[in-house]
Amino acid sequence: MYRYTDFDAGFVAERNRQFRQQVERRLDGSLTEEEFKPLRLMNGLYLQLHAYMLRVAIPYGTLNGRQMRALADIADRWDKGYGHFTTRQNIQFNWPKLSNVPDMLDALADVQMHAIQTSGNTIRNVTADHFAGAAADEIADPRPVAELIRQWSTDHPEFQFLPRKFKIAVTGSPNDRAVTRAHDIGLRMVRRGADHGFEVIVGGGLGRTPLIGKVIREFLPEADLLPYLEAIVSVWNLLGRRDNKYKSRIKITVHEHGLDDIRARVEARFAELRATFSGIDQALFTEIKTTFASPTFQAKDTTPFDQAYATDPVFWAWADSNLAPHRAPGYAIAQISLKAHGATPGDASSDQMRVMADIAECFGHDELRISHEQNVVLPHVHKSDLPRVHALLRQHGLATANIGQISDIIACPGMDYCALATARSIPIAQQIATRFDDLKLEHDIGELKIKISGCINACGHHHVGHIGILGLDRAGVENYQITLGGDHTESAAIGDRTGPGFSADEIIPAIERLVAAYLEIRSDPEERFLDTYRRVGMAPFKAALYQADGRAHAA
Amino acid sequence: MARIFRPKVVTANALVEGDVIYLTEDDSWSRDLAQAEVLTDEAHAQLRLLEAAARSDEAVGVYLADVTLSPTGPQPTHFRETFRDTGPSNYPHGKQADL
Repeated sequence: MYRYTDFDAGFVAERNRQFRQQVERRLDGSLTEEEFKPLRLMNGLYLQLHAYMLRVAIPYGTLNGRQMRALADIADRWDKGYGHFTTRQNIQFNWPKLSNVPDMLDALADVQMHAIQTSGNTIRNVTADHFAGAAADEIADPRPVAELIRQWSTDHPEFQFLPRKFKIAVTGSPNDRAVTRAHDIGLRMVRRGADHGFEVIVGGGLGRTPLIGKVIREFLPEADLLPYLEAIVSVWNLLGRRDNKYKSRIKITVHEHGLDDIRARVEARFAELRATFSGIDQALFTEIKTTFASPTFQAKDTTPFDQAYATDPVFWAWADSNLAPHRAPGYAIAQISLKAHGATPGDASSDQMRVMADIAECFGHDELRISHEQNVVLPHVHKSDLPRVHALLRQHGLATANIGQISDIIACPGMDYCALATARSIPIAQQIATRFDDLKLEHDIGELKIKISGCINACGHHHVGHIGILGLDRAGVENYQITLGGDHTESAAIGDRTGPGFSADEIIPAIERLVAAYLEIRSDPEERFLDTYRRVGMAPFKAALYQADGRAHAA
Repeated sequence: MARIFRPKVVTANALVEGDVIYLTEDDSWSRDLAQAEVLTDEAHAQLRLLEAAARSDEAVGVYLADVTLSPTGPQPTHFRETFRDTGPSNYPHGKQADL
């Protein structure tokens, strides 16, 4: 894992010292809210519906046991004993007091974490495949690239007042688990013969105007990464619309100017910038790579796993849904579901955080990951240890066997917390999960990704859910629109709206009708919901949604 | 036709705690909507809003929120204000914890 250099530690400490004084000046009345707001946002501090919210970056979703334990301590000491993991590999604390935030930031700095650029019109936390460095299907570990981008983008003097926020995601695998096509820039590591490089995708994004990113460069040599990224961001920094917040993201710039025009501008700017990068970026990259050296994997007997798998049905169910193939023989990637039926998606109590930290240290080469699907990942566990890991997780409500299934729902905080939300998300997720758990249909349904956002900004990724749910305010009443056929992977697609929305009371039965229709028309139990939708289209699902309640006319 | 002025309260978030507060008749801030000054006159409401907004070392994001009148005091008309007045629905946190 990357360790802070003296420079990094000094930089974060200085920023924290400055922010502590800024908070003091706000509290003693020397700064107005208008003056203070941009300063607090630069440091990840929002004011939400019921309290402040501190958003802490977990760069490329990677953290160790000590860091996870520090998050637990912060939750206990200055918050309400839990944290919320988000779709952008951040953790949010929902209840800090303004006067305590400087101490929270110092506690984070003690374990090499910060909240810088988790808000504001800057380059945000760089996200990566949560299986990075472990996945069997990986070309290379994307995290050194993500760390290089983090260092380049943090406090970059040209990019502190961008037209709007800017999000970058990196994947080192052809199977895209980082939603690269829904980011301002998505990077896919590729090889051409012996040459390492990137496919560069630009202009993806969800929100009000969902667009799938377009390939601006099919093969960018690895050494050209930073000057090319700088070229893209600087072209958009000048062209991007500052007159209209809804048209300011790079996806709109690409859409309005056309990909070819943007590409030509980027290439011209790149030609200028490339010469100014002296090679120090590559020296840095080489150094960073050494800090992500692979753990030393051991050859051990997997009999304990095989025995448990053969004899313990609870372990067997968990292994089938929560384990993924590891590149090292005898190892597995284990996902810890933060989606216990009826729980808040992405929330972990401080006790649960400590248990996950302990397990990572004892059995997981001291590594944890946060997925954009709001779960925690143990990337390197030897199979022989998995029965013990599972038993420990079970004792703390962390062994739900539902990864990728109907109750493994992404949900934004929604109107339960968020000042921007137009409806609640969390209760809808809770009710869907408990309903399908009661029906005992979850395993039969198989892979089905439900993603819920409580407003058009789409933090809950609803556009790319197999079933997407968008909560809106319709004349003072919560109303939920459904989209079908979204896909967040390498075959990314934006879902199609089914028709009129449903009230909070109607939405759970509506989802149930959709799923019943799927179970009836799927060709065989192996055909996923998404595949069925692609085969038969909208019509039968629309009929199931609207005819049953006599609303066919409205559809 | 002249627009009907609906009753309102002045609300904001407290500077230090960030929680929801309401302006009372005696110019203090209350955590309890029942204590809020109900404004039924538009000109007076605008004046109270300006006065409240000037207290930027106590309150953040001051605005007027619609209420209806009931025997137990003002009630929110929009569900967003109801959540602000109670707390989140997934945990017993926020104002509901103090009741």
